Amino acid sequence: MASVRSDENIELMTYSEVVDVSGYVGNFKVKIRKNPRYVDEDKCTGCGVCQEKCPFKADNEFDAGMGQRKAIYTPFPQAVPNVPVIDRDVCAYFLKGKCQACEKFCEANAIDFEQTEKFVEVDVGSIIITTGFDSFDPSVIAPYGYGRYDNVYSGLQFERMSNASGPTDGKLQLKDGSQPKSVAILHCVGSRDINYHEYCSRVCCMYSLKFSHIIGEKIPDAEIYQLYIDLRCFGKGYEEFYNRIQEEGVNFVRGRAAEVTDLAETADEEGKLIVLCEDTLIGRQRRIPVDMVVLSTGLEPRADAGETAKMFSLSRSADGFFLEKHPKLDPVATMTDGVFIAGCCQGPKDIPDTVAQASAAAARVLSMISKGKVEIEAAISVVDEEICSGCKTCLDLCPYGAITFDEEKSVAFINEALCKGCGTCVAACPSGAIIGKHFTTEQILAQIEGVLV
Amino acid sequence: MNFEPKIVGFFCNWCSYAGADLAGTSRKKYAPNVRIIRVMCSGRVNESLILKAFAAGADGVLVCGCHPGDCHYLKGNLSARRRVAGLKPLLEAVGIGNDRLRLEWISASEGPKVPETVKSFTSEIKQLGPSPLNGRHNGS
Repeated sequence: MASVRSDENIELMTYSEVVDVSGYVGNFKVKIRKNPRYVDEDKCTGCGVCQEKCPFKADNEFDAGMGQRKAIYTPFPQAVPNVPVIDRDVCAYFLKGKCQACEKFCEANAIDFEQTEKFVEVDVGSIIITTGFDSFDPSVIAPYGYGRYDNVYSGLQFERMSNASGPTDGKLQLKDGSQPKSVAILHCVGSRDINYHEYCSRVCCMYSLKFSHIIGEKIPDAEIYQLYIDLRCFGKGYEEFYNRIQEEGVNFVRGRAAEVTDLAETADEEGKLIVLCEDTLIGRQRRIPVDMVVLSTGLEPRADAGETAKMFSLSRSADGFFLEKHPKLDPVATMTDGVFIAGCCQGPKDIPDTVAQASAAAARVLSMISKGKVEIEAAISVVDEEICSGCKTCLDLCPYGAITFDEEKSVAFINEALCKGCGTCVAACPSGAIIGKHFTTEQILAQIEGVLV
Repeated sequence: MNFEPKIVGFFCNWCSYAGADLAGTSRKKYAPNVRIIRVMCSGRVNESLILKAFAAGADGVLVCGCHPGDCHYLKGNLSARRRVAGLKPLLEAVGIGNDRLRLEWISASEGPKVPETVKSFTSEIKQLGPSPLNGRHNGS
C-alpha cells in the first residue's frame, strides 16, 4: 500500500466513498465523497502524540471489538496513509465542545475541527471494483453460543488475538487472562449450510489449520480439535500443510459441531465449554470439553453490495456476490463494459487467487488503455428515427440508461457504447421503431414459422 | 392418433439457453416437442411474438428467463413477467386458453430443470389437446 501511495501515477483516496457513477466505458464520471478526518493530511507527520494524549476510548473495530482505541486513531499500525482520524461519535469536542487535547499537543498544527466533507468528480476510462467481503456474524447461530459464552471466538477475533500487534500482544488467553489448555476449532460456520450460506467460503479450512499451528507453537502442550465436514486443501502446497498439521498431533474430528454448551455432565467437564458433535468416522456422539472454541466464520457479500451493484450496473449471483461476465472465459469482466471485479466481492477466495484476479483485471484495463479504442457489442439496438413517435416508453425500460431523448428531433436515441442488446426496448416499442440488430422482429418471426413447419 | 404438440420456446441467451446447453452436455434427454428460439433476453419477447407463434400453429409457448435478480440485463426478465401476466387473460378471452402460455425461470446452472420443465409442459399441452388455431393454420 505504501508503494501504491508513493507512485506518482496513482492517486490514493482513503476514507472516501463513491456516491455516483455515470457515463460508459472510456468516459465514466465518478463522484466521490471525501469524508472529513479532521486531521490535515498534508500537515500531519504521523507522530502519534495525539493518540497518546486523547483521553477517550472506544471498541477497536480492527481488533473485531476486543481491544480499545482512542477517539483519534489510525485503524492499525501499518495503515496508509499514516494519518489519524477523529471519531465524531466518541470525541468529546464533537459531543460537548470541550477537550481539544489533540489540538493542544499537535506540534504540526494538523488538527482541524472545521473540516467538512468534500465532493470531487473524476473522469476515468475504466473501473475495477474490489470491495471485498463481510465476515459472517456467528451470533445468529445460537447453539454455538457466540456472544453468550466468553470463550467462544470468531475466526477474525482469534486472528487478532494471535497477532503481535493485536489486543493481547499476541498472547493466546481466555477472558480471565489464563492460558487455554484445549481449543476446539469449528469449521464451516455460516458456510455449506442451507440455513445460512450454501457455498463454501474456501479460506476457512486453511486458516483453521493455520490457527492450530499457531496454537501449537504458542502453547505446545495444548489439545487441539478440528471439527470439520470435509477438509478442502485445494491450493498449491495446501495438502502438504494439512499433512504437516496432522503430524503435529492435532485431533481431527469429522463432523459438524451441533452445539457448544457449559452444562457439565461429568467432573472433568466442569468449568469448560463442551462441544457436542457426531464423529462420523467412528459413528458415535461425542462430548469434547475444551477451554476455548474458535468458530471458523465464513465469508459473505458486503452488506451494501446491493447498492454498489446498482451504482455500477452490476449483476449479482444467487449468493449475493458480484457476477462475472463468464465464469470460465471472462472471470474479471462484468456485463458493464469497462467495469471489472477482483477479489472476494466476486466470490470467496484466498490471497493467491485474489492476487491473480486483481492482476488480470489490471492487465485488462491496461490493454484497453494502450489500445486506445474499445470494441462494442454488435448485437445492439438502434432507433429508426423515421418511425419513432417519441412516446418515451423505452426510456424508463432500459436497464443501462442507454436511451436518451433527442428533444430537437423528438425521437429516442440509443447510445451504442452503453447498449448491451438485451432487446427489452425492441419488444416494448409500440410503433416497432427500434431494431434489435441480429435479433430483428423479422428474423424471430421467420424462426417461429420455421420451427412450426 | 397420438397427439404430439408443437411448442415454441423462447429461451434467454444467458440463463435458460445456457441451462439447455448444460442439459445437453449432461446428456439429459427431453421431449422434442419444444422448439427453442434463442433471444438475448426474455425481455425481448413481447406479445406479438407470442401471438404470432400461436397464429402460426403452436400448441403452447414456453418463455424462459433468468431468475428474478439474476437477469444478465438486470431486469429484462421482469418485463417478460409483466407481459406474460398481461397476455394470459387475453389468451383466455380469445379461446386459446391461458394454460398454453408458461413462464419459467431457469438459471444456467439448472440443467436438469430444462428437461423437467419441457416434460411437464408437454404433458400439460397433451392433456389440453391441439390449439384451436392449430388445425386452421394447417388447413386440416
